[in-house]
Amino acid sequence: MPKKDRMSGNEAVAYAIKQVNPDVMPAFPITPSTEIPQLVSTYIANGQMDTEFIPVESEHSSMSATIGAEAAGARSLTATSSCGLALMWEELLLAASNRMPCVLALVNRTLSGPININCDHSDSMGARDTGWIQIYAEDNQEAYDNFIQAYPIAEDKNVHLPVMICQDGFITSHAVQNIELLDDDTVKDFVGTYEPEEYLLNPGKPVSVGPYSISNYAMEAKKNQEIAMENSKEVILRVADAFERVSGRRYGLFEEYRTEDADHIMLIMGSAAGTAKQACDDLRDKGMKVGVLKLRVFRPFPAAEIAKALSGCKSVAIMDRCECYNGNGGPLSMEVCSALYKNKVLIKAVSYMYGLAGRDFTVENVYEIFNELDASVKNDTEPEQYRYIGLRSQGVPG
Amino acid sequence: MSYDLKQVMNKPERLAVGHRMCAGCGATIAVRGVLRALHEGDRAVIGNATGCLEVSTFMYPYTAWEDSYIHNAFENAGATLSGVETAYRALKKRGRLPADVNYKFITFGGDGGTYDIGFQSLSGAMERGHDMVYVCYDNGAYMNTGIQRSSATPMFADTTTTPVGTQSNGKMQNRKDLAAIIAEHDVPYVAQTTLTQNFKDLYVKSEKAIYTEGAAFLNVMAPCPRGWRYDTAEVMKICRLGIETCYWPLFEVDHGKWILNYEPKKKLPIEDFLKEQGRFKHLFKKGNEDLLVQFQAEVDRRWEDLKYRCER
Repeated sequence: MPKKDRMSGNEAVAYAIKQVNPDVMPAFPITPSTEIPQLVSTYIANGQMDTEFIPVESEHSSMSATIGAEAAGARSLTATSSCGLALMWEELLLAASNRMPCVLALVNRTLSGPININCDHSDSMGARDTGWIQIYAEDNQEAYDNFIQAYPIAEDKNVHLPVMICQDGFITSHAVQNIELLDDDTVKDFVGTYEPEEYLLNPGKPVSVGPYSISNYAMEAKKNQEIAMENSKEVILRVADAFERVSGRRYGLFEEYRTEDADHIMLIMGSAAGTAKQACDDLRDKGMKVGVLKLRVFRPFPAAEIAKALSGCKSVAIMDRCECYNGNGGPLSMEVCSALYKNKVLIKAVSYMYGLAGRDFTVENVYEIFNELDASVKNDTEPEQYRYIGLRSQGVPG
Repeated sequence: MSYDLKQVMNKPERLAVGHRMCAGCGATIAVRGVLRALHEGDRAVIGNATGCLEVSTFMYPYTAWEDSYIHNAFENAGATLSGVETAYRALKKRGRLPADVNYKFITFGGDGGTYDIGFQSLSGAMERGHDMVYVCYDNGAYMNTGIQRSSATPMFADTTTTPVGTQSNGKMQNRKDLAAIIAEHDVPYVAQTTLTQNFKDLYVKSEKAIYTEGAAFLNVMAPCPRGWRYDTAEVMKICRLGIETCYWPLFEVDHGKWILNYEPKKKLPIEDFLKEQGRFKHLFKKGNEDLLVQFQAEVDRRWEDLKYRCER
């Protein structure tokens, strides 16, 4: 029987880890993800789970040891945030290219500098091209549900790729909300036992992992990895269907909220989608036809699906919670605009930057953006692209 | 049991022929020697930091390793094998490996991957006490990238980042004493050895390292013909001179007890070791006599310090 409870996002993910009870978890503390290894260690200390925990000396080592354990044939994971993810960047690439189906519980936090502990997506967006599947949560329930779906996606024979489960630092990780938890047996059955095909500790069949590869072979390895990423889209949807059968909660590549007849859509990821939905309801009450497209799966990027979902509206606000310093908008905006163009969906697409380093994002901000889109469509004007929302001042105060 | 060279050499090779390491390379001799100490029937997972050994023994689609083998990156052989060893304990505990199957965990790294970039990862693995052996094949420079200095490079060595020139006599610093540093981690077994005396010292220490429960560290001086510039046939002679001059003393630290394994009857002057190697050629030029005196003084200081630790 599902159980109703109240939990923070970190507690929810730690609880999911307890239920999955993986074989090995190396981890290193970093705010705001620290509670996850803390809570797991406490579960282990009290005999509530028996995962082997490795208190490594850095995040580079946590991902290195995760790869070692996974290669050895053990279901493995780690957790981190921000600079921790940046430090393990090299190893993220190796986890994916060595086709390790491990999992990383990421609690999104901005990257230094200035050093700041609050949420934005610069850590996971910085790792967007490392070959990991990336799934984002709006709230604690989704963080929990996404984690439970992670191993069945990663370990699928047509995927064999690592999965990053992302939730927003503090906003989701520390805020306590109601949650519905599956019972342990349901989770165990859903996740199943790990049966690796090739692994170091296979007594009958030694294997070498991590070769030097000359140019005659390396390009094929990269193409195979790309095919696996493409394959994962269908697997993510299949696992979501199976999850709906056990939980009653439905997931896709993205969620469309009141978009059927919408003139204007806000495309957004993570916890701010909740704010956007509230503002959307408010504006709908006033007769404005607006909707929200909440992207759940950023890797693989569902380009054609997004373009199709936006094909009926007049304008879209693409909300980036990550500055990538290319002088032309955030990473989400780049990829969505490319998707729209390639699929010949030539609507008004406006890039916005919001919520960097924990800056509040409010319903008023959403009203303002929708009003701006509406006016630009009605008056046939071009809104300012790549505008920072909620910025106090620009440049150095004089 | 007494050491029987013939019997030990007749054990099946666990690093197969056909790899692409240089003739006269100390690293492969060291690796084969270490792996001979595995008992018959015991399996191993071999780890490897990026370096000559890795790129020359596992070039897709060929592997020279008879045992399971993992290369991850340059700076994380310690952490990677930590994960493998922990996975072994997890799978054993959960009954997912047959009870009679035994694995040992041995990782190899050059001095660049061990003394320098992999130092933190090694230190972490040793402190946590994983049941593994980290073997450094110390050839005293980044040989794979073309002979750049490392913190294991001896003073005055000519390397491509400490080149000898009109204003330079090679590397200006002494080498880091890594075996002592790892011993200070309070691990059960640390030893320093090289390729000498019918490989008995290497064999005995490898066996102890592999079969002592907990973390162990072996520092093996493994000459490199490209970087040291010697005739490839002379590798064993150079190793012998390393110990006879007390440049590379044979010692072990067994559960905290420092033990000197070999004391030459007559300590040879350091020149005997240096003159065999092109990287020290400049030390024998007229006017550089004081550099040899400095080198000898440093060897003597370290030797006396080691003897003091062993006599305590």
